[in-house]
Amino acid sequence: MSQRTPLFNEHVAAGARMVDFGGWEMPINYGSQIEEHHKVRQAAGMFDVSHMTVVDIKGPQARIFLSYLLANDVAKLQTPGRALYSCMLNEQGGILDDLITYYLDELFFRVVVNAATHDKDMAWITEQARAFDIEVTERPELAMIAVQGPAARQAVLEQLPDGDARSAAELKPFSAGQFGDLFIARTGYTGEDGFEVSMPAQAASGFWNQCLAAGVAPCGLGARDTLRLEAGMNLYGQDMDETVTPLESALGWTVAMKDERAFVGKDALLKQKAGGVESKLVGLVLQGRGVLRPGQRIVTDAGEGVTTSGSFSPTLQKAIAFARIPSEAVQSCQVDIRGKLLDCSIVRPPFARDGAVCEGIV
Amino acid sequence: MSNIPSHLNYTESHEWVSVDDDGNARIGITDHAQEALGDLVYVELPAVGDEISQSDPCAVVESVKAASDLYAPVSGTIVEINETLDDDPAVINSDPYDDGWLFLVKLVDKAELEGLKDAEAYAALLED
Repeated sequence: MSQRTPLFNEHVAAGARMVDFGGWEMPINYGSQIEEHHKVRQAAGMFDVSHMTVVDIKGPQARIFLSYLLANDVAKLQTPGRALYSCMLNEQGGILDDLITYYLDELFFRVVVNAATHDKDMAWITEQARAFDIEVTERPELAMIAVQGPAARQAVLEQLPDGDARSAAELKPFSAGQFGDLFIARTGYTGEDGFEVSMPAQAASGFWNQCLAAGVAPCGLGARDTLRLEAGMNLYGQDMDETVTPLESALGWTVAMKDERAFVGKDALLKQKAGGVESKLVGLVLQGRGVLRPGQRIVTDAGEGVTTSGSFSPTLQKAIAFARIPSEAVQSCQVDIRGKLLDCSIVRPPFARDGAVCEGIV
Repeated sequence: MSNIPSHLNYTESHEWVSVDDDGNARIGITDHAQEALGDLVYVELPAVGDEISQSDPCAVVESVKAASDLYAPVSGTIVEINETLDDDPAVINSDPYDDGWLFLVKLVDKAELEGLKDAEAYAALLED
């Protein structure tokens, strides 16, 4: 039985094509996925991300717990409202999920995890929490709307009372705050500026319709996928899962293991690093015509690899992908599309952000 | 409701066929197919001179979402392909039955046309 978000009726009213996503009935597009993509890069679009799981971690040992649970170090969170991206690993260093942690106060942290991994994450977090003096509370009553694009923040700020609007306008990237009913975070999954706004379910349709009236375009999971791919952001379950570590997933920068801090999976990562990491996740740009897709075979001088995500990039007007290939491979490779080997250049994502193609990509 | 012109013939795999005055068959994908696929970004067509056989995969249409095989509605030799699709595959979305045609086939066996669906039968298929 699939679940619906509080915005289901708004999606239907906007002409959405609905699909199943991790047990949720979600909009894939409202007509043209490419138009939605461009709208976010050039103006403002909004995504219903109410299916994502919000979990509050409260108690005297909240920070110590997260310091043990996560591969990135919550010690980096020193100003209330600051956010941190991290992987949550198993003992083998495999990625259980990727998530964002918000530091609200010393007794209160909030994490947002993926919808598709909800059951596994909750079981893992609850199990790990047993040794700590904390309370883990899921917040399924919260809806979440991501408003993204160069005009996105303005569209949200216009809806707030003057005082809140002035404070929320000051939020720095990767920071958040509570404004009345709204928890507003300057985060996203598109490579554009914007806010991710959590609110009580009953406030969701009002907020959505006000954004609509302000000219923000409803955007579906299709555009969300091409935007995050262009922005160089991994999708859990596709670009990474429990069989790979952050070091094999272009996420070494999110792992803090230089100091003494113990965290789940650290020993496995240290061992892997000492022995040499055999594969890496890179960006590919197809040189000729065609479309890159997940699961295509990659041929390099150093051995074979595979694409994990791939699509047509509306910003580059070329096919782009992430691929896991041997660590020694550099510069170029070939992709097997229906038996033909086509040339790709190997690049370092992001491909496109802030409305434009990134330097050195094409 | 998708557009199903009454003068065309259809396949269960959502291709359409029209027979030109000279007896050649013009092939495309239906309005229903283009809508289900979403924004088209790439088309891989057979080459002029290629032989195709009914029901075999003979071309690939790719949207942002997915790649989809096109099955030959009829057997024959490719006599012309729609080269404008190279630069503008989205014309299949905007005009699937006219400017969005894919290729023209010189038929080997006109009897194959009789096995295709008429507009009414294709509409009934979409209802199911």
